[in-house]
Formats: sequence, C-alpha cells, structure tokens
Amino acid sequence: MSQEKTADMTHDSEQQSWFKQNYIALQTIWIKECTRFLRIWVQTLVPPAITMSLYFIIFGNLIGERIGPMDGVSYMEFIVPGLIMMSVITNAYSNVSSSFFSAKFQRNIEELLISPVPTSVIILGYVGGGVARSLIIGVLVTLVSMFFVDVNIQHPVVVIVTLILTATLFATAGLINAVFAKTFDDISVVPTFVLTPLTYLGGVFYSLKLLPDIWQVVSQANPVVYMVNGFRFGFLGKSDVGIDISMILLVAFNALMYGIAYYLLKTGKGIRS
Amino acid sequence: MKALDISGLTKTYKGGVQALKGVDLSVEEGDFFALLGPNGAGKSTTIGIVSSLVNQTAGSVTVCGYDLKNQKEKAKACIGLVPQEFNFNQFETVMQIVLNQAGYYGVPRHVAKQRAEKYLAQLDLWGKRHARARELSGGMKRRLMIARALMHEPRLLILDEPTAGVDIEIRRSMWKFLKEINEQGITIILTTHYLEEAEMLCRNIAIINKGIIVENTSMKSLLTKLSIETFILDINETGTAPVLKGFEYRMADSHTLEVDVEKKEGLNPVFTQLSEQGIQVMSMRNKSNRLEELFVRLVEEDSPAEEA
Repeated sequence: MSQEKTADMTHDSEQQSWFKQNYIALQTIWIKECTRFLRIWVQTLVPPAITMSLYFIIFGNLIGERIGPMDGVSYMEFIVPGLIMMSVITNAYSNVSSSFFSAKFQRNIEELLISPVPTSVIILGYVGGGVARSLIIGVLVTLVSMFFVDVNIQHPVVVIVTLILTATLFATAGLINAVFAKTFDDISVVPTFVLTPLTYLGGVFYSLKLLPDIWQVVSQANPVVYMVNGFRFGFLGKSDVGIDISMILLVAFNALMYGIAYYLLKTGKGIRS
Repeated sequence: MKALDISGLTKTYKGGVQALKGVDLSVEEGDFFALLGPNGAGKSTTIGIVSSLVNQTAGSVTVCGYDLKNQKEKAKACIGLVPQEFNFNQFETVMQIVLNQAGYYGVPRHVAKQRAEKYLAQLDLWGKRHARARELSGGMKRRLMIARALMHEPRLLILDEPTAGVDIEIRRSMWKFLKEINEQGITIILTTHYLEEAEMLCRNIAIINKGIIVENTSMKSLLTKLSIETFILDINETGTAPVLKGFEYRMADSHTLEVDVEKKEGLNPVFTQLSEQGIQVMSMRNKSNRLEELFVRLVEEDSPAEEA
C-alpha cells in the first residue's frame, strides 16, 4: 500500500472531537427512535389518547358525578393528573422495552455494539426516545382532558420536572426489561403483572386517605404513588405525600435504574456472548 | 503497522465449550487476509471478539495500534464489520440503515449522505435507497451490509462469508469491488467457504481449527506446499482403457480419467503416454481447487482422532 493511499484514507474517529462524535451518535439514536414510533403512530400515539378519552368519559363524567368531590376538587379534576401520568408511565416503558428488544431480536443492536458509541450514549438515546413518545402522549392526553374539565396547572415547573423524571425512570426500566428479555412474552410480563397493578394502586383513581390505615402504609411502598401525587401536586397544589419526598425518590430511583442499565449494557448481559 | 494483532486469545463459553485455545494472529495494514477453517473452528468467535460482540476470556487484541481493552472506542472506530447473518432493521430503508450507521461513528449527516451515495452507487444499490431492507434480495442485502460497514471509512474491514448464497455474477462484482477498496488502502480480513474466492483475493492466509491457528503464511507459500494435484481429463473413447506408468490414476467413467500428478513431474509425461496409446485429451481441469486440497489436508492432519 502506498503512502499516498494511506494518507487518503479517512479515519473519522481521529478527525472528530469526542464530544461532537458522541453528540452525533446520540442524535442519530434519538432520531431513529422517534422515527420508529412516529412511523407507526396509529399503534403508538392514537391508542393512549382513545383509552384515556374513555377513562374521562366513564370514570370522570359518568361515574365521577356520582362519586362527588375528592380532596376538595371534582373527581374529574382529581383523576386528570393520574391518568396523564398513567399513560406516560406505560408508554415510556413499552416504547423502550419493545424497541430495544426488537433490536436484539433482529440483531441490529449489533450495529451499536460494534460501534464506538459509549454505553451512556446508547442508554440516553433509547431512553430519550421513550421520553419523547411519552411526553407527546402526555400532551395529547392533557389536550383530551381539556374537553372534559378546565385544566389549571398550579405549579408548572413541578409538572414538567415530575413528568420528565417519571418518563425517564420508566423508559430506563423498560430498557432493563428488554436486556433480560429472551422472548416477546418477556417484555409484556412486567407491564402486565407489575406495572399495571402498581399504577392502578398508585392513587390514580383515589386518594390514599380513603384507604384503611394499614393500606395507606402499604401504599407508601409503591413508587408510583410518589409520581402520581407529585404530578397531582403540580396540577392541583394538593397531594397525599410531600412533594420534596416525591422529588427525592424520583431522582434516587432514576439513579438506581441508570446504574443497573449501565452495568448491564457495559458488561454485555443478555446482548454479548 | 499491524491492522490486527491478536495474542494468546482464548474464549470459553458458558457450559465449558472452549472455542479458542490461544490464538495468535497478526495482519499487516493493507493486507487482504483470509481466515479459513471448518465450521465450529473458531472463526466467528475470533471475529466476534475483535468486533466486540463476544467477550474474550483471556488474551489481547490490538486494532490499528489501539488496544481493544484500554482504547476500546478508538479500536472499534477502526473496524468495519460485514457479519455472516443479516443484522439490520428489516423495517428501515436502505438509506436510513447506512446513514444511521455513519451517525453511530460520529460522521456528520452531510458527509454521510455523500458517502451513502458513493457506496450505494458502487454497490448497485442507489436505485434501492428508499426500499425497505426486507424488500431486498439476498444479494442486495449482502451488498447493503458492505456499504453499511464502509460508511465510517474503516481502516480494517472484516467480512464474514460475504458472498454466501450470492449468485456468481454478483459474487464476481463483489470481488472486484473488494479488490478496489483494498487497493485504496483498506485492510481486509475475509472468511469464506468458497476457497477459490480466498485464493483469488487474498495475499495471506491463516487456517484455524479447533480453536488454534494451524497455518499462518502467505497464499503463495501455502500453495507451494501442495505437492500433488489431481487433474480430470476428458478423453475420446477408444475402446481400451488407458495405461499410465508411474502415475496414480482411475477412470471415473469411460471417457473421464483422473490422474494424480506430482508438481515436479508435470503433465507432459501423461500427454505423451496417452498420445502413444492413440488417446486424445479433449479438455482438462483441476479436480478441486488447489487451496481446497490443502485446506482439507491441513484440517485432517490436525484431526487424527476423528479419522481413526
């Protein structure tokens, strides 16, 4: 090989700064993830809006009128934050778990594994995709709720921070699920048997004060309680638990989940031989 | 500089299967190198470790001067991999697949688009750039994987059976393309089951069997080790069987003669004897690829227990 030919060869990693290279990689993964769920928007964006509309009609409008006020607000107003949070949690989780598992299943995750993309960028890219989808759905459900009730947000910063932290947490949890999953069934087990019960028992439809003392204590072990109530505080200025505790736990759970996801991907559990 | 330097590489899978038992291998920059071996010999495991898809048990791997453990990102950036099995998202378009791959290596989008046009055009895929991967034929998918692997313009391109299941016309065009990019300076490591492909393209060769390298030399010196070649001669039917003194030979049918010829002897004595018996040779060919004969011999020599 001649010197000239060697000099002609482009070696991208040696020409790009570390930051720029990884920024482009992160952007690529994130756009790829967003393109994926936007391409199949009928499956990813429409169903949550329809489901939540039904919740608003049935629980909020029809049954809610008979239930009467809860925590000093109409039942419809009470469930709006919880229902938004429920759809955010479900979609953040399922977006990343299905996308990452699909990449494992089709083996195109190898494209990333052989590339110099750092583990943290892979996590951020996939989680970023899940967060984007869940935030779009959060906005859609909020818009739908406006047909049924006047939405007044008391603490917008709390709403945004809680929403992003919760979406990030469950998107990361979805990634962890996908790393362990060996079949498509494995990515539906956790949402069905863990996520749904935790969400339904997380104070979406009721105030914890309605529960007997023992169940109020038990409910405090449910992390979703802190997310729903933190979010509800942002909307209504009222909550069953302190907003400071909600925020601390959300940050702590996020750190824990990120640590687990990082360890799994770095060591190649479930993705490398 | 060495494009690839492997030393004492071992791999033991869960369950105790020892796929690599201490592989030492080096490939010079600019080389066109063949890594051959029977199924289960350790080729894919070696490639898997080099490309970071398989965790090694012990040993060291250096890619273009970068240690795969301590300078992982730099080492990975030097490698382009064309795997044996299709591993792209079947729902993405050809363009999305190559642009995404470039993005993972930090190639800016405008540069990636230029390269996509260049490589897709060279590999006859430009017309299919908006087609989804699942809509492509087998040959197109193979070429797409080559285009994808080149998007970050790697210094070392590893191709794991790139022409498997591809028709001869496309295979030849792929050979031409690979020769061209090798001449432009990209080091190529090739595994293949088509040994004529390795013989035609590669300058150096390693043969791996049961997790160890049993031969590592230049193609030229390996082929000189072949002392006997078998030729198939199509002869005219004369009614009597030919007799060849000093040669091992057999009749495959009434007009097909197989003769084992030592290199130092040459073919002239065979033609002379046949001519004296009034037998005409209509055509002639090697019984098998020369490299194939050597490969089989080397692998068999290394497997006495199985032969017994």
